[in-house]
Amino acid sequence: MRTGVDALMILLVLTSLLLLGSSRLRACTRIVAVQGVALGFLPALMPGGVEGAAGAHSLLLAAASILLRGVAFPWLLLRAQRDAGVRREVEPFVGYTTSVLVGTLALGGAVELGSSLPLPGPVASPLLVPVALFTASTGLFLIVSRRKALSQVLGYLVLENGIYTAGVGMARDEPLLVEMGVLLDVFVGVFVMGILIFHIRREFDHIDADQLSVLRDEA
Amino acid sequence: MTAASLLHPLLALVLAPLLPGIANRVKARVAGRTGAPLLQTYYDLARLLRRGAVYSRTTTWVFRAGPTLSLAAVLVALLIVPLGRWKAPLAFDGDFVLFAYLLALARFFTVSAALDTGSAFEGMGASREVQFSALAEPALLVGMGAVAAGTGGLSLSAMLAGPSATAWSATGPALALVAAALAAVFLCENARIPFDDPNTHLELTMIHEVMVLDHGGPDLAFVEYAASLKLWVLGAVVVGVLLPSFGASDVLDALAAAAALPVLAAGTGLVESVTSRLRLVRVPQVLAGAGALSLLAWLLVRR
Repeated sequence: MRTGVDALMILLVLTSLLLLGSSRLRACTRIVAVQGVALGFLPALMPGGVEGAAGAHSLLLAAASILLRGVAFPWLLLRAQRDAGVRREVEPFVGYTTSVLVGTLALGGAVELGSSLPLPGPVASPLLVPVALFTASTGLFLIVSRRKALSQVLGYLVLENGIYTAGVGMARDEPLLVEMGVLLDVFVGVFVMGILIFHIRREFDHIDADQLSVLRDEA
Repeated sequence: MTAASLLHPLLALVLAPLLPGIANRVKARVAGRTGAPLLQTYYDLARLLRRGAVYSRTTTWVFRAGPTLSLAAVLVALLIVPLGRWKAPLAFDGDFVLFAYLLALARFFTVSAALDTGSAFEGMGASREVQFSALAEPALLVGMGAVAAGTGGLSLSAMLAGPSATAWSATGPALALVAAALAAVFLCENARIPFDDPNTHLELTMIHEVMVLDHGGPDLAFVEYAASLKLWVLGAVVVGVLLPSFGASDVLDALAAAAALPVLAAGTGLVESVTSRLRLVRVPQVLAGAGALSLLAWLLVRR
């Protein structure tokens, strides 16, 4: 099971790096979907994952997670993209090569920080906390360095993926309740953000978050 | 330095021009053509050695010395690369750093000869080549560091002796990541698609060919031979990381590694047939990605 968790962590890191360097909006949405589906398998791979009543709960959480992250969120976001009719390019503030290099530095920093944090109990893999930190910082970097509101929603989803990794990896009792609560919040958030983006586009003819801070009057 | 350790360099000196021939043949076959004979590079080298060279009046001794010095650097790099479990003749601890720097030295002499011609064309090719190599070197060095940390040896002969099944099973994902990063470096350093098209004649797209555009006769023969040797040397490194050790005997391991090199050349031909050259702005991103893969592999092995 340790190799399964390790492989999932490596997949998370690779998809995050890919997100930092990708310029196509639809490709970014699909990469986030892949990340979500991969993370859906994480509760099942935890030690003590699939036996007994706790095992049934884990499977339920895994299935709900995969459905929401792998199917519902990408569908909502792709539909928002199509309805808004935006250009399919990402338009970053920070260039793609610089983003990948910053991501590499963040990976090094996350590994250094994550291996020296004192944790409350044993974790399934020493990679878990560093990769969770790295994914969360990738999400934050995407929110900050991308111009379009849709890319910022994707960054928010990646941030939530990182927090979910840390949560599932380290929660002792009742991880189901906490994670379902967080998942519900994220679902409502993405739903509302999709509607918001459509309205922003309809009102201002663009979804450039940078330009939204400038107020203009009609006269 | 034993007599047996000289076998690999001799084998490489004789067989290296076969590798570009195999790659071109595979490319031709995939495209539906018959293609040049496998020994075409040998014929080309013989033909070029018989000819005389023409030197422009704007060039100096740097231009004449470039191909010779570049070939000399690659020959020395050949002397520190092992094949299977046959140790290299000049192996010592830390020689993987020397390996990277010898390749950089060969590139430096080629670039100097190109800049010496005073033509803007060669200067453009030189600047592109140096930019890509500057990004590929961290990937190469960190990848070698990951292999060194994984196998516990500091010399190429120890690192590439063939990972035994137990040594790498614990760090299998790291092995895959290092292999992917080294494959990207292999394609970039040898000026292959997706980083550079070895068959292009368009001025806008040439990178490596434009640097050697003005050489002729024996100089061009040295350049082509050095390119084949570089293919062999970097291929031996990639094969050494990937190929497991069968444990039976040294000769078997070395023969398996020597047989894997034509397979690698055929794989290069396949990759060249299937993909197209990346846009020039994309190449640094891909190389930065390869560097990130190397770093990830090193972090995985280190803990």
